[in-house]
Amino acid sequence: MAVALRQPGLTRGWLGFVLGIGFGFGLVVALRAISGLETFQTEQTGYPHVIVPAVTGSLGFLIGLGAFDYWFRWAAGAPTVPDDHSQHGAKTWKDYFRFNTDHKVIGVQYVVTSFIFFFIGGLIAMLMRAELAQPGTQLVDPQAFNGLFSTHAALMIFVFVIPVFAGLANYVLPLMIGAPDMAFPRLNGLSFWMLPIAGVMFVASFLAPGGAFDAGWTGYAPLSTGAPLGQSFFNLGVQFAGASSVATALNFLVTIITMRAPGMTFWRMPLLVWANFSTSLLVVAATPFIAGVQFMVLFDRILHTNFFQAAFGGDVLSYQHIFWFYSHPAVYIMMLPGFGIISEVISTHARKPIFGYRLMALALIGIVVLSYTVWAHHMFVSGMFSWLRVPMMITTSLIAVPTGIKIFSWLGTLFQAKLHLYSTAMLFSLAFIVTFLIGGISGVMLGIVPLDIHFSDTYFVVAHIHFVLFGGSVFTIFAGVYHWFPKMTGRMYDERLGRWHFWLTAVGTWGTFVPMHWIGMEGMPRRVADYSAQFGDWNLLISLFAFLLGIAQLIFLYNMVVSWRWGPRAGDNPWRAKTIEWQVSSPPPLFNFDRVPRVVGGPYEFGVPGARHAIMNGEGAEVREPEPAVAGTGAAEGRGSEP
Amino acid sequence: MLALTAVISVVMLQFDWNGVAASAEAGEIDTLLDVMIVLSSFVFAIVIVMLAYSVWRYRAKPGDESDGAPIHGNTKLEIAWTTIPTIIVLFAVGYGWVVLNDIEEPAAASDQLQVNVTAQQFAWRFDYPEEGVTSTELHVPVDRQLDLHLTALDVIHSFWVPEWRIKRDLVPAGPGGQEIDNTVLVTPDRLGTYSVVCTELCGLGHSTMRAPVIVESEDDFDQWVAAERQAAEGGDGGAGEGDGGAGGGSSDDGGAQ
Repeated sequence: MAVALRQPGLTRGWLGFVLGIGFGFGLVVALRAISGLETFQTEQTGYPHVIVPAVTGSLGFLIGLGAFDYWFRWAAGAPTVPDDHSQHGAKTWKDYFRFNTDHKVIGVQYVVTSFIFFFIGGLIAMLMRAELAQPGTQLVDPQAFNGLFSTHAALMIFVFVIPVFAGLANYVLPLMIGAPDMAFPRLNGLSFWMLPIAGVMFVASFLAPGGAFDAGWTGYAPLSTGAPLGQSFFNLGVQFAGASSVATALNFLVTIITMRAPGMTFWRMPLLVWANFSTSLLVVAATPFIAGVQFMVLFDRILHTNFFQAAFGGDVLSYQHIFWFYSHPAVYIMMLPGFGIISEVISTHARKPIFGYRLMALALIGIVVLSYTVWAHHMFVSGMFSWLRVPMMITTSLIAVPTGIKIFSWLGTLFQAKLHLYSTAMLFSLAFIVTFLIGGISGVMLGIVPLDIHFSDTYFVVAHIHFVLFGGSVFTIFAGVYHWFPKMTGRMYDERLGRWHFWLTAVGTWGTFVPMHWIGMEGMPRRVADYSAQFGDWNLLISLFAFLLGIAQLIFLYNMVVSWRWGPRAGDNPWRAKTIEWQVSSPPPLFNFDRVPRVVGGPYEFGVPGARHAIMNGEGAEVREPEPAVAGTGAAEGRGSEP
Repeated sequence: MLALTAVISVVMLQFDWNGVAASAEAGEIDTLLDVMIVLSSFVFAIVIVMLAYSVWRYRAKPGDESDGAPIHGNTKLEIAWTTIPTIIVLFAVGYGWVVLNDIEEPAAASDQLQVNVTAQQFAWRFDYPEEGVTSTELHVPVDRQLDLHLTALDVIHSFWVPEWRIKRDLVPAGPGGQEIDNTVLVTPDRLGTYSVVCTELCGLGHSTMRAPVIVESEDDFDQWVAAERQAAEGGDGGAGEGDGGAGGGSSDDGGAQ
């Protein structure tokens, strides 16, 4: 026990947590005693003796876990313990509960953790649909209901969709570009361990006096500045989730820019790498805005600053401008990595090069640039200066163009292909194209100001975000998980259960979210615990489909858990894909590559005689110098045979 | 594709998606929606036809391990599917802009009826400065442009009458004097009783924060104004008359809700 308390690990992590809480609590008590204030301040926006320990306890946990050991030693001038990477991989399940710097372990940690929050968030959604199945109040009172939809959104956005993409990319991206690991492995470990802290804060807010944060995931001031204690947990959780994503994004950027294998030029990178490059550009520049604005709300709440409190001269609308300046790019943070996944899956399972590879990459960059220019389309009815509406309407609608390019290019990739529809990943990818198209169309409609005036803050918006985030992002996440499951675990999942999962999910998605458009247009506002009786039948139908959708996810859970443990061996490259991660064993060796691969052609040269993407270990002697990088041509002509 | 576009459009246009239209602005917005539905049907039809054709025509037979045709792109096609969508969305935006200008066109001030709308958790108050009446119901004459001045006392609320298609947030403004565009115009053109619905999350009573809207003839409206005035004078001896004392008015409203 004493040894466990000294060594980095979960035991010491919990000790650090307790000490951190004690320190924070003592600090508050002491400072308030010195200042001659009451020991405990329990104004609903206050509670310093809860807020400060929540921060110090979390940091204490990270320190105890060992996230800062190396840096502390270095800063103190003590001899640092050089990390031996051979200690890092996961030999048993226990290794996933350590502070680990191997990108493959971190990738699995990320994906599993975010799926845990996905199931918690999904359970909350089931509760909401149960309450909404009938008009009136059945299960939860309105205040609890407001807490439910707020935590549902916060969990799904901040600790599921955004990090699960970071997790998948963490696993496959270094392999794809032929790198031994991420550029900053210790930072990578720290990024991951901030994630559960954020999620636990969101969930723990249910225990706070006054209940969970209930001002929506948007937390508009001044509703949020005066809300009960739970809101502070949201403010803090966003800080941890945000710091985690910024650190990961920096890590991705540096990894992609500096650690590509020889010959891996930008125009030979798989589109998943391009997608994460674009996403990271968004994250590093946009996420600080939400971090800042949540700090300002927190300060308004506990320090009585007046950033957003109208009664004291604060500027109410500024909250929305700053919030959306992050949160609109955030929807692309939640979508671009999915675009990357779809490109990989479709190309591989259609046995064809991506149609218009360069334009696909440029479209990503186009979306990055445009997405910074559209934030105020969330504010068309907010009372902001009215002249801003038309420019924002134009830029918003123009984003449909690069997005459309991507959809048409995927369709072009299917033309004259050899489609392998047995694969669950492919089914999710094809369904994604249709559901995301619906979300895109309703998005353009919402971008047109006069229509938005009517649709804004109604169930039409709920339908739209679920078509782009569930039918969009989550479908791509499923596609990615199924596609790389054999690589990550070395085992094959059950395709028959996968197809059941797919079809039930597809039917559930359409049945749940299509009617939401209709009731929204007819007059049902969003974020309501109760609604007028005329919408009763539709809501019952929506709830039934939502339960179907929920049950379908249990099939997924069963399939993943059982296949991971008992599935048949998958082989190294079950999809006969070309990208580098498939050319190593499954799961990949600890050091990824014995020798760094050499890249000699584009990533999707299906059907091109003799084309190669990369030359792996030991094959070098037989192939000439890397060909010059020419996208869109299967230039390399080494030996053509693929295993 | 064009046939499918036509079929989808015709089917989709059979429905009154937005429900009853009860204002001059609603008609224009609904027409804009119809145009958007036709454009969307076109885009949807293209994608569905391309996808369905590929899935039907190019699915691999079991055991077929060969690759598809090594097509890397087609510059002309790529230019086409960049420019055509650009033209479509710019057309939609242009049309949307025209409609926006139309629905925000003010009538002569003398033809307008000004109503000051005040929202607070979780009630509505309607002040008629010219008539000197305060009410918890929004009574308005038909076919006269309303000039609604919106304010909130605590948090943000939003004013929406679905049948009018008009929505605007009510933002609490403090002594800081920030500039908020708090006026909205709407011209009800259909008699009947509707609801003001709060559409911005404002707390635990958000879902029940509603107020009746009665659109009536000019005569009925005048009678209602007269009756309200009389009731106010008889009720509490002239105190709180006219603009309505904020404190007194709001507590009454709270009780009514």
